[in-house]
Amino acid sequence: MPHAVRHGCMGIAPMDHVLLIEQFLNGFQLGIILFLMAAGLTLVFGIMDLVNLAHGSLFMIGAFVGGTLALLTGSFILGVILMVPAMLVIGIAIEMTALRTLYARDHLDQVLATFGLILFFNEATRLIWGPEGLVVPLPHFLDGSVEIGLGITYPVYRIVIIAVGLAVALGLYILVGRTRIGMLIRAGASNRTMAGALGVNIPKLFSIVFGIGAVLAGLAGLIITPITQAQIGMGEDVLILAFVVIVIGGIGSIRGAFIAAIVTGVIDTMGRSFLDVLLLLFLPANAAESAGPALSSMLIYILMAAILFFRPQGLFPPRGAQ
Amino acid sequence: MSALASLRNPANAFTALVLLVFATGPVVMPLIGEPFYVIVFARIMVWAIAAVSLNLIMGYGGMISFGHAVYLGLGGYAVGILAFHGVTSGWAQLAVAVGASAAVALVFGAISLRTRGVYFIMITLALAQMIFFLAVSAEQYGSDDGLNILSRSDFGLAFYDLNDQATLYYTVFAVLLASVGISARLVGSRFGAVLRAAKSNDTRVQAVGVATYRYRLTAFVIAGVMCGIAGFLQANLESFVSPDMMSWPRAGELIFMVVLGGMSTLFGPVTGAFVFLMVSDTLAEWTIHWHIIFGPLLVLVVLFARGGIAGLLNRKPSPRGGANG
Repeated sequence: MPHAVRHGCMGIAPMDHVLLIEQFLNGFQLGIILFLMAAGLTLVFGIMDLVNLAHGSLFMIGAFVGGTLALLTGSFILGVILMVPAMLVIGIAIEMTALRTLYARDHLDQVLATFGLILFFNEATRLIWGPEGLVVPLPHFLDGSVEIGLGITYPVYRIVIIAVGLAVALGLYILVGRTRIGMLIRAGASNRTMAGALGVNIPKLFSIVFGIGAVLAGLAGLIITPITQAQIGMGEDVLILAFVVIVIGGIGSIRGAFIAAIVTGVIDTMGRSFLDVLLLLFLPANAAESAGPALSSMLIYILMAAILFFRPQGLFPPRGAQ
Repeated sequence: MSALASLRNPANAFTALVLLVFATGPVVMPLIGEPFYVIVFARIMVWAIAAVSLNLIMGYGGMISFGHAVYLGLGGYAVGILAFHGVTSGWAQLAVAVGASAAVALVFGAISLRTRGVYFIMITLALAQMIFFLAVSAEQYGSDDGLNILSRSDFGLAFYDLNDQATLYYTVFAVLLASVGISARLVGSRFGAVLRAAKSNDTRVQAVGVATYRYRLTAFVIAGVMCGIAGFLQANLESFVSPDMMSWPRAGELIFMVVLGGMSTLFGPVTGAFVFLMVSDTLAEWTIHWHIIFGPLLVLVVLFARGGIAGLLNRKPSPRGGANG
């Protein structure tokens, strides 16, 4: 369940600056996970015009495959490194067998077919790994907390997640903005037909983009696993949050996905921790206590609705997209 | 074409068969030693009502709502929450079910209809998820575990008691027929013509001077209310409500039922719900890992059975002896 993803270490506590900063960092970390999911989703949609509900399955497969690799090699780091080629192969295999035929179909067919794929992947995972999921321990040097100033100690591993996410975001920015493959991706996103007519191998480009998306989703699933465990269906709640993110950010925009992911992660986490305290300022205690959790779980959807009301195309619609 | 002659059409014949099975279920099924199927049919009919309502906006209006199951939940929780507080009056529960569904559909529709295509799919999903999490966080009403309903809706009429299985069953059957009838009337009216026209070319309809947004929103609300009534019936049937009835896989299943039976056909959602649930029940009886078969089966249906069951059954053989869609 996403609750485990969202809450690191908290209970109801008075509002003080330590908790505030801690929860901000937790929210930022959730934002990083959402970005890794949303980046792949928005690329696949922006370039291939494919709605892929099974993107959440890639999150789960990354966690189980990468976790197994980590347990086999005895090293979490090695597991993460080996997960990258594994997810690339798995992603490209899924794209070539199941999804390729869907490009020519309308969004409804894509939604339904990838819905069927989710059922398949969940059940296949249950058959291979059993219903209990998979526990992946952290290496000792990542387990523990560190003083980060202002009297705040924060788990090392969460700092690592944030650092990895920022590094990936930077890498993706360079890949899409500065390299030849990135140029082809941008060309494919703004006008597929024209890019194809100019000699770009569109099927190959699609396979590569889908592979990149699979690696990003798998990475997100794997790096969250030491905190939450790998569970069947773990990607689905994250997928819906990632939908919210790309709707807010503007479909097809990596920059929009990044900003929206961080905003969504922070607002969701902070809302869950502090909304009941805020409500106490103008509501009686028992009303605030019952309205708090309900309202905080709705907060990002309200945000999304508000943004759509003023900007139906999201905050950063990509330039040149139809 | 007379009613009898139209049965020569295989799709119509199949529809008639399904309706006949529903109509005679409580009499025939106990006779052949399968009384369990009476409950199964009642459940299927409730899903069929929800699917008919979804077809109204999705099939005829082109609005692919991935959050339609939320109205099942609203209708269901109207019964559950009122009964929890001791209000068992069916009239009050039905009024709340209709009112809540209409209000939520109005707000959600007003927001999501500002967008198109894939945005619309994702937004309806996300908005429905909001209500889902609201139900999950409502500890007073059982959170994830749901809420048992101790007594069925009481309409205060001596001759009409939902605790009687046959009364409940035929109520569901009657509502199902009514929902199809209402759909037929709506689709055939000027309102329906605008809806269908806006589906194929919204800009052109607007250019003729019709404010399509209002029509689409009205259809969205009507479909929401119809589905809310299905939720009201489901709660009475199961004597139980839980957030699961409005979770997003349920919404996906609803879309599938409509597509399976044949979008924008009047009875398609009914046959779709029947086939979908009979196949999934049969597979689930066969193995607990039935999803591993059912998932790929759904993919194959999408890839190869365009137009759903109606499309398959009405396929005309081509001159070379093959089949075309």
